Amino acid sequence: MEKLIELLEGIKSGVDFRNEKKLVEDGLLDSFDIVEIIAAIDDEFDVEIPVMEVQPEAFNDVESLYALIERLSEE
Amino acid sequence: MKNIIDMLHKNNNIYSKKHIFREPNRDITYSDFVLESKAIGTTIYSHINSIHEPVVILIDKSIAALSSMIGTLYSGNYYTILDVKMPEDRMNLILDTLETKLLITDQKHYKLASELNFNGTIVQYEDICHNQIDEKILDNIYRKMIDTDPAYILFTSGSTGIPKGTVVSHRGVISYATWVCEAFNITDQTVFGNQTPFYFSMSVLDIFATMMSGATLYILPKMYFSFPAKLLNCLVENKINTIYWVPSALGIVANLKALDAILPTDIEKVLFAGEVMPTKILNYWRSKLPNALYANLYGPTEVTDICTYYVVNREFSDDESLPIGNACNNCDVILLNEHDQEPAVGEPGELCVRGSFLANGYYKQKEKTAEAFVQNPLQKNYPEIIYRTGDIVKYNSYGELMYLSRKDFQIKHMGYRIELGEIETAIFAIDGVDSCACIYDDEHRWIVLFYQAKDLDNESILAQAKKKLPNYMIPNKMMKIKRMPHNANGKIDRKALKALYKEEN
Repeated sequence: MEKLIELLEGIKSGVDFRNEKKLVEDGLLDSFDIVEIIAAIDDEFDVEIPVMEVQPEAFNDVESLYALIERLSEE
Repeated sequence: MKNIIDMLHKNNNIYSKKHIFREPNRDITYSDFVLESKAIGTTIYSHINSIHEPVVILIDKSIAALSSMIGTLYSGNYYTILDVKMPEDRMNLILDTLETKLLITDQKHYKLASELNFNGTIVQYEDICHNQIDEKILDNIYRKMIDTDPAYILFTSGSTGIPKGTVVSHRGVISYATWVCEAFNITDQTVFGNQTPFYFSMSVLDIFATMMSGATLYILPKMYFSFPAKLLNCLVENKINTIYWVPSALGIVANLKALDAILPTDIEKVLFAGEVMPTKILNYWRSKLPNALYANLYGPTEVTDICTYYVVNREFSDDESLPIGNACNNCDVILLNEHDQEPAVGEPGELCVRGSFLANGYYKQKEKTAEAFVQNPLQKNYPEIIYRTGDIVKYNSYGELMYLSRKDFQIKHMGYRIELGEIETAIFAIDGVDSCACIYDDEHRWIVLFYQAKDLDNESILAQAKKKLPNYMIPNKMMKIKRMPHNANGKIDRKALKALYKEEN
């Protein structure tokens, strides 16, 4: 989890990833950020997020994103 | 046809019960759209009591924004759309320039509107969209209008840091939309999927080609462009068959290989403009949807939207660049070298445009207008204005135009035309910044900022910059330097900066 937060902060500084629950809805992450996050997760966690899993619900908060990474790495 | 509302009326007579605009939670028929726009138009006139005045619209891209725009035209006035995410400083600058008396917003942005430095009247869309229509007043206004009257003012960034407002007339829009419908066979069968925001010139194609042809326009929310599966499902569900997007929007779909998962088979036409299209992205789309028509469109806001286009008719390798093609019908382009003469075939020259697509000029900027909108130097016998784009182009062996570079420091970044000077102006204005300059890294498409400041670091500058500049103008890379290099003329030495940047990377 800490690793993910660090990764996100590296991509977008100035966002409170620990507490923010509406990263997508509030427009804190734009399409360029999402693409960068997906690429970074692939690099750092060796998890490729399939396009069908790239949904707003998964990117709204860190917990959901982390849960997605965990699920995909188990599969 | 003299007025944009003429094309709306023509198609309202044929398609009154058909949807003209759609968005996720709402749709509206031609006839209801006309009624709503007329109601807003009547209200606007009752507030302003005159025609040929600016009206500012502060609403996200939506049906509400569209009826406010067309309502403004019914009232005989012209509109400017503000990006709701634009920094307040910039909104205030635009409001100052326009000296507007009326601002239309919606419930969602009312608080933001009321906090602006604005002394005029603020009306809320929800309060006025069902107001009583006064046909007699609207008819009287219509009679007074001519086709060269302004329809809207679109602000782009200016080199002095003051936003530059391009004044586009009804004639510009009607001429341009006529070409669009002919060139791409836009008909009542067309369903557009709109990507570009309404304060961006590309949206003119979506909106007005729809009105002119009896088509339907689906407004795709910005958020969908972060989530390709959502986006593509929306295209499929709504039978969208024509898209006109910036290359980066097509790129997001390509980068995640989203067309491998969901194929929007209704898509017949894929048009793009706004920045250089990476051929690799185009090739991915072509491999998945090989029967669609692909076209690269080129043009600045000052020619309404587009002046040249290229329909992709052969294979391109990933490292080849696409031509910008040839002039649109009823629009002409000429090339001029530094002596204002036509260069030899194959030699570079500045692309200049003549014809009815041309804007009237810049709002309250006589000098800027006179620099860019000039007498055609190749034809001296009678008055004829051409627009100098500042883009350097040349003809290839196929007789197609190829884009080479900008004449000055203006760049295209994420689909927006940006003067690096405007970013520099904003950064330089930060307390503690001693000097700064921007260059553009074409390879990575990064705005690179060099700055000289003793007590500031990247983060503190970034925090300040975000208050002053829209997102797409925020530098992507920052380099703090001890001493800004200058050339013999005392100007910042940009060549030295580029060399330094290359060295560091």
